Amino acid sequence: MSTDTPASAPAESAAERYLAVQRSDEFAGLRRALRGFVFPMTVAFFLWYALYVILSAYARGFMGTKLFGNINVALVFGLLQFVSTFVIAWLYARFADRKIDPVADRIRAEIGEVTHERGPRG
Amino acid sequence: MNAVLAAEAGGTTARNLTITLFLIFVAVTLAITIWASRQTKTATDFYAGGRSFSGFQNGMAIGGDYMSAASFLGIAGIIALYGYDGFLYSIGFLVAWLVALLLVAELLRNSGRYTMADVLAFRMRQRPVRTAAAVSTITVSIFYLLAQMVGAGALVALLLGIKPGTTFLGMDAGTAKVATIVMVGALMIIYVTVGGMKGTTYVQIVKAFLLMTGAIVMTLLVLAKYRFNLSSLLGDAASASGKGAAFLEPGLRYGVETPGDALKTFYSKMDLLSLGIALVLGTAGLPHILIRFYTVPTARAARKSVLWAIGIIGTFYLLTLALGFGAAALVGGQAITAQDKAGNTAAPQLAEALGRDFFGGSLGGATLLAIIAAVAFATILAVVAGLTLASSSSLAHDFYANVIKNGQASERQEVSVARISALVIGAIAIALSIYAQSLNVAFLVALAFAVAASGNLPAILYSLFWRRFNTSGAVWAIYGGLLAAVVLVFFSPVVSGAPTAMFPKHDWHWFPLSNPGLISIPFGFLCGWLGTVLSKEQDEEKYAELEVRALTGAGAH
Repeated sequence: MSTDTPASAPAESAAERYLAVQRSDEFAGLRRALRGFVFPMTVAFFLWYALYVILSAYARGFMGTKLFGNINVALVFGLLQFVSTFVIAWLYARFADRKIDPVADRIRAEIGEVTHERGPRG
Repeated sequence: MNAVLAAEAGGTTARNLTITLFLIFVAVTLAITIWASRQTKTATDFYAGGRSFSGFQNGMAIGGDYMSAASFLGIAGIIALYGYDGFLYSIGFLVAWLVALLLVAELLRNSGRYTMADVLAFRMRQRPVRTAAAVSTITVSIFYLLAQMVGAGALVALLLGIKPGTTFLGMDAGTAKVATIVMVGALMIIYVTVGGMKGTTYVQIVKAFLLMTGAIVMTLLVLAKYRFNLSSLLGDAASASGKGAAFLEPGLRYGVETPGDALKTFYSKMDLLSLGIALVLGTAGLPHILIRFYTVPTARAARKSVLWAIGIIGTFYLLTLALGFGAAALVGGQAITAQDKAGNTAAPQLAEALGRDFFGGSLGGATLLAIIAAVAFATILAVVAGLTLASSSSLAHDFYANVIKNGQASERQEVSVARISALVIGAIAIALSIYAQSLNVAFLVALAFAVAASGNLPAILYSLFWRRFNTSGAVWAIYGGLLAAVVLVFFSPVVSGAPTAMFPKHDWHWFPLSNPGLISIPFGFLCGWLGTVLSKEQDEEKYAELEVRALTGAGAH
């Protein structure tokens, strides 16, 4: 993925360029890193949320168990959903900051030198 | 001292103050809108606010766009009347943001431009996909709009205290309802046509600030009354409800157990699961939420805005616990249902009770009631403006520019069409709301989430993550999910065949659940898969471009 090929670069079409980037090891690593984090995390929070909803529907006795005062399992479980949401959001932000952004910036800079003059589209 | 006279005086004060505060809000937001219109020159300004908002600003605006009257008044009301079950809504509405954060926000920001369809149609044939996306966007937005506007009409008589037989400015309760719907509709049309995304965003930021402030103040007062002892607040709420410990447990409203009727119990529990799944998967498919990610300059800012939104929305939904249980304890279920059977006035009534307690008698009560009533109207206005903007953007950018004009429309033409679309959609929403004002349309919010989760979400996720996905798959997913959700609801007990239905005197229902998500969401994903594999189309080059742009931000607008 060298960037010092000014003579040949403009000849290469943008489509070919994107295809080349997509097939590069660097990009594959970026995709793997992102999917390796977001897919398992999505499954995890979805199952955790589903467990909460299912227990609310089918395990009323358990959910109604009082822990201290009038605070029962249902309330604590519900509050834990808030906690887990905040924690996952924080973990993702940290992960993306460290593992995704630097790689994405590098690849974008490499592409930018070739496709820059193509102008906006969409 | 004549108590009735005092109450009357308090009522008049509250009414005048509500109207004054609301007029101030309207004046401020209109001034912002006019200012924003001077900054709105290009299509990017109109559709995406010039992509000039910071992560924090957009996070606030997302909160303002998302926390609807259904959240503020609805959830507080459900908790006040049925206890714990209202909390299920809060949790679903919040956890849903993880789907947006992890899977959608940044990739959409990088690869799209103005609308949801920009991403869906990226590697597809433009016309069929953009048509489908526009149909779905407008359907979801109109459902949501109707629920909000009819809700506003229902609230006005209560919040302004117009009792049957009395009049206000020469209007009885019925006329005031229609007038409110027309006024809300007219204001949202002005915000959108004049201020575009920039104006709408600022309206939402102001609203989010007001709503959060109001909710925080009320929560602090409730907690102060119980010396910050949550357990004793819950205990009081449970005993005031007359339902005891059951009030603090799931099951009074959703997943209700009917002894001796196993089938009914089974359906009721399935309905709870169905609602839960639609809430958590719907958010990331709501077009008016998705276009908010285009208002920031980069994917990183889009991430920041979702993080802020999660913080703001999460805090707000925690506060609904105190508001709902506070209303149950301090106002009481009977007093609430006497005002509104659905419990939508629980939060304003709580405000009145708190004001009376803390700020001296009926005047204090009237003042706090007025403030919270004005906040409720601000809440409704900001949400309907966002919905109108999303649907008019889609009509102009997707349908007019890319379907009718085949991508050949100029920016200027596109923006004028968007403005006209906002006017037309607003007018349609007003007309439909006036027609529907006496019908029970509260279910439309849940339906909007179900359609978004069943049609839009599968199309978006497949688009972003599945190499093989194609035009046929996208079209199948959107129409399949949309139709499944709408048809199932049409034949469900929320439309006919139940006393609380939209048409209670008729009965054509055969689908037992009120929420279609459990069936329609898997059906939408299935349709997307089937449509894809039945078509040979597959554009490797365009997918490479989409994937590289989505993940790296190269070529982002």
